[in-house]
Amino acid sequence: MTTKMFGEAISRREDPRLLRGDGRYLDDLGHDAYAAAFVRSPHAHARVNEIDVSGALDVDGLVAIYTYDDLPGRLGDPLPLLIPHPSLTAPRTGHALAAEVVRHVGEPVAMVVATDRYVAEDAAEKIIVTYDPLPAVVGVAAAASGDEVVHDDMDDNVAANFVQEVGDVDGALADAPHRLDLRWEIERSASMPLEGRGVYARWDADDGRLRVYTSTQTSTSVRAVIAAVFDIADVHVEVIAPDVGGGFGVKIMHPWPEELLVPWAAMTLGREVKWTEDRREHFVASAHERGQIHDVTVGYDDDGRILALDVRFLHDNGAYTPYGLIVPIITSTQLPGPYKLPNYRVEFTSLYTNTVIVTPYRGAGRPQAVFSMERTVDAIAGDLGLDRTDVRAVNFVQPDEFPHDLGLIFQDGRPAIYDSGDFPESLRKLKALVDWEGFDERRQQAESEGRRIGIGLACYVEGTGVGPYEGAHVHVETSGRVMVSTGLTTQGQGHETAFAQIVATELGVPIEQVHVTTGDTRRFGYAVGTFASRAAVMSGNAIALAARAVNEKARVVAARALEANPEDLEIADGIVRVKGSPDDRIPLNQVAVLSNPLRYSFSEAAQAATQFSMPSDPEDPPVREGEEPGLESKAYYSPPRSTFANGMHAVVVEIDPDSAQVRVLDYAVVHDCGNMINPRIVEGQIHGGVAQGIGGALYERMAYDEHGQLLNASFMDFLMPYASEVPQVRTDHLETPSPLNPLGIKGAGEAGVIPGAAAIASAIEDATGLQITRMPLSPDELFRLQRSDGNARLAPVGALGTSVDDEPDDEQGGAP
Amino acid sequence: MMAEATEHVTLRVNGTARELDVPPRRLLSDALRHDLRLTGTHVGCEHGVCGCCTVLLDGAPVRSCLMFAISADGHEITTVEGLTPADGNELHPIQRAFQDCHGLQCGFCTPGFIMTVAGLLAENPEPDRDEIVEGISGNLCRCTGYRNIVASVERAAELLRDGDGTPEPRADDGGIASRHPSPQGTAPTPYDAVGDGVPADTDEAGGRGSE
Repeated sequence: MTTKMFGEAISRREDPRLLRGDGRYLDDLGHDAYAAAFVRSPHAHARVNEIDVSGALDVDGLVAIYTYDDLPGRLGDPLPLLIPHPSLTAPRTGHALAAEVVRHVGEPVAMVVATDRYVAEDAAEKIIVTYDPLPAVVGVAAAASGDEVVHDDMDDNVAANFVQEVGDVDGALADAPHRLDLRWEIERSASMPLEGRGVYARWDADDGRLRVYTSTQTSTSVRAVIAAVFDIADVHVEVIAPDVGGGFGVKIMHPWPEELLVPWAAMTLGREVKWTEDRREHFVASAHERGQIHDVTVGYDDDGRILALDVRFLHDNGAYTPYGLIVPIITSTQLPGPYKLPNYRVEFTSLYTNTVIVTPYRGAGRPQAVFSMERTVDAIAGDLGLDRTDVRAVNFVQPDEFPHDLGLIFQDGRPAIYDSGDFPESLRKLKALVDWEGFDERRQQAESEGRRIGIGLACYVEGTGVGPYEGAHVHVETSGRVMVSTGLTTQGQGHETAFAQIVATELGVPIEQVHVTTGDTRRFGYAVGTFASRAAVMSGNAIALAARAVNEKARVVAARALEANPEDLEIADGIVRVKGSPDDRIPLNQVAVLSNPLRYSFSEAAQAATQFSMPSDPEDPPVREGEEPGLESKAYYSPPRSTFANGMHAVVVEIDPDSAQVRVLDYAVVHDCGNMINPRIVEGQIHGGVAQGIGGALYERMAYDEHGQLLNASFMDFLMPYASEVPQVRTDHLETPSPLNPLGIKGAGEAGVIPGAAAIASAIEDATGLQITRMPLSPDELFRLQRSDGNARLAPVGALGTSVDDEPDDEQGGAP
Repeated sequence: MMAEATEHVTLRVNGTARELDVPPRRLLSDALRHDLRLTGTHVGCEHGVCGCCTVLLDGAPVRSCLMFAISADGHEITTVEGLTPADGNELHPIQRAFQDCHGLQCGFCTPGFIMTVAGLLAENPEPDRDEIVEGISGNLCRCTGYRNIVASVERAAELLRDGDGTPEPRADDGGIASRHPSPQGTAPTPYDAVGDGVPADTDEAGGRGSE
C-alpha cells in the first residue's frame, strides 16, 4: 500500500508550526490574565513565625495575597502521595503553601495575584516573612547519620528501606575466587527543560466549568486531582497540555502547588489567572534527580563471570516523597543490565534532606544503576587484566534465553522479565562502529603526538512502556479528515508525526489527512501520562488497535454499499476497494457519511445517508445491533508487563595534559528499541539523550552548600552542554521486535542518556589509569585526582611542582 | 502606590512601526510577547544565557530579555514571525533546513536558534562546521544534542546560496519519504549527512573550559 508510513524516516508534521513561531506554549496563552507570583522560603529548614503582608497592600495593581491560613478544605491538606509502596514506611508530602515549617529553599509560603507579573513580584517583595531557622540536613551522609532530622515527627531521615534478593548472595560471595568492594557516587542533576512549568486557569462561572492549561506530562491525572480537591465533577474540569517546551521527567510530577493554587485563585476571583515559572524558581521549586551513593561487593571467577553481586545504596529523595520510591526502585531493578546475575541482592535506603524533591529525570534512576554496574564490570576486567568487552560478553544473557526473568519486581509492580534482545550482536556492532580492536594502534599514534586518549563503553537495559494502559480514539469525519486523539502528552517527541504514521498505515489513508491531538482531556479522558519511554509503546499500540477497528468498520459499511464481502475489501489512499477489482470502490469519507444514518442533510454528500436515500432492509434498524453511528473507534492497550529495550555506547575521550579538560572525540551508539516507527525521530531522541549524558558525566551538578542553599541556581552557574560540548554521534540499530505488543515496539525516549556517565568514566579511566568513582567529573577534580595518585600519568612534566589549591571544589568545577 | 509611569516608544517590528506605552522597566521580550502578541520569541532564563529570546536588532542577534523595550525605541526588530514568508504555508530557507534536518524537537529554543542563524549567515554565508558550532554556541537546546542543528545550519547556508531562497513545496506531504529516505538508504540527503559516520570535527571548537 502506498499509505504505509510505519518505519519511514519522514520529516515531522509539527515542525512548520513550531518553526514559524506559531507554537502555543503555556506563557503564549492568557495575555490578559491576572498574574501570580510566589513568596518562597529563603531557608532550607525553618519554622514560619509570621507573615506580614501590610507593606504589600498599597501596591497598585495588587489583587490578592494568600497564605496557608487562607486555604479552604482539602487545599490545606498535605499534597497527595502519588505512588504508595509498602516499603515507604515514612512518606511525607508538602503543602500547597507551607504550613508552619519550610523544608527546602524555594518552598512556597505565599501567593500573590496582581494585574501583571511585574506588579505581582513588586508585592511579593514587600511581604515580610519571619522565620526561626532550624538545622539543615544536606547530602546523604548527613541524612544517614540522623543527627538532625528533616521531619520532626521522625527519629531519623529514613523514608524507606527496601531489599530484593535473588539466589544466595552471601553463600556465592563466600565461594567466589575473586571479590571486590567498590563505592560509586553520582551527584544531583535535573531535567532542566528550557520551558519551565506554568499554569493558566479559566473559570467559567456561568457554565460551571474550569479549564486549566498546564505544562505537564500528564493532563488527565492533573484533572483528576483538581476535580477531587475542589469537589468538581471530572467532566466539568478540562485540563490541556499545550505545546510543552521539554519535560525530561520533571513535568510528570503533579500536582505541583501551583497546579492547585492557580485554578483555585481563578475560581475564587472569577478571573483568569496565570503563573509562569521563572528559571530560578525552576531550580529551587521543581524537582531534581540522580544523587546516590552505591556500595558494591562483587564476587567473580577467573573469566570475570559474576557469581554474586551485593549492592547497598543511599538515595537522596529531598524534602518530601510525593512520587514515592520510583527512582530508587528503578535503580535497583535495572542494575543487572544485560547480565545474568544468579545471586543478586540490592538494598536501598531513601533519605530525607532539606533540598528540592527528587522525582524522575530522563533515565530515572538508570544512569546511577548503569554507572554502578558498568564501573563494577570495568573493575573486574581491570583486576583480572581482561578486555572490558570480554568480561561483558561472558556475562550476557544469550539470545536464546529470552524471556529472561530477573526475579525482581519492577517499577510497575510487575515482574521484571526481559522480553527480547541480542546483546552479543549489539556488542559486535558497537565494537565495529567504534573500531574497538583498532584502538590500541590509535592510542599509540596519539601518544606519539603527545596526546592522551582513552576508550570506554557501557551497556544498559531499559524497561520501557510501563502500564497500566493508554487509549486512543480514531474518527474519520465526513470530510475525510482523520481525527486521532490519545490522552498522554507530548514534549517534543514528534507524536503528531509518529502516531499519524501508525494511523496512515493501519487505516490506509494519506498521512496528510491524519490529525493527532495529545494531552487534551476534552478529547480523551482516560490516560496515564508520558514517562518511562512509554508513549510510542502505549499510545502507539492503542492507536493501532483503534485504527484497525475503524478499518474493519469501514469495510463492513462499504461492503453494503458495494454489495461485497468485508473480507474482500481493502483500504488504501483513503479509498475502500474490492481486491482485484479496483473499479469497485468508495472513498472513505463517503463511507463515513454512510456510517451515520441521517434524518437531516446539509450537503449533497450527506444526502446519501438520509432516510429516503439509504437502501436498507425494512426489517433492520438503521443502526444495527452491535453497531454504532459514525466511522470511529476507541481502543485501549494494556500490557501484562514492561518491554525491555537495550543498547550500548562507546566513547573516545582525550584528556588535555595541562588543564585536565576532557574532550569527547567519538561517540558511538548501538540501540535496540524493537521496530522503529520513525528512525529519524529515534535518532533525534538518541542524540538529545547523549548530550544530557555528557552533561551528567562532565558538567551538571546541583551545588548545595551545608546550609541547603543552592549555589548555582542559574544558567550562568549550572552548566549544560552547548553545541561546542557535544560530538558527532554515530548510531547503529538492531530491531529486535517486542513480542509483547502488536507493533513490536519498545520505548526509545530515555535511552540516549542512560549509559553516558558510565561510558565516559570508563574512557577517562582508560586514558589516565585513574579509577573514576564519581560523576560528574570536572577538570580540576580530575587534575587533583591524578595529582594525588602520584602516578602523574596525564600531567606534563613539572606540573606536580606547581602550587595548586588543595581544597576540594564542592561547586561547579572547571567553569569559565 | 501610584500607577506605574510609562514611556511612549515606537518599535519597528518586522517592518511595521508599532506604537506602545510601556513602563521603563518592561523587557523587550515581554513587550514583544505580551504587548504585541508575537509569542514566537520565547523566554527560557531571563538572564541572557539560553538564547531562546534572540531577535535581530538592526540585523544583529540580541537577547530580548536583556534589553528594555524603551532601549529599542526606533530600532528595527526582526522576530521569527518576521522571517516567515507572508504566505502562511511557506517556510524561510532556514526554517525549512531545520525541518529537513530534524533540527528541532520540542521547538522551544528553535526560534532563538533560527534568529541566531539568520544573523550568522547574514554575516558569514559560507561558514565551515567549526564556525557554525561557534556561531550557535550561545544558544542552549535540551532536546536535540545539537548535531542536527549544525546540519540544519549547513543546509540553510546551502539553500540560501543556491538561489533566492524561494522555498520548494513544503515537506509535510506523502512525498517527503522519497526525499528523505531512512538512514539505511544510500541517497545523500541532509538527514543522512548527519549520521554519516564522519567523526566529530570539534577539535577547534573547543570544550567548555576554553570558552
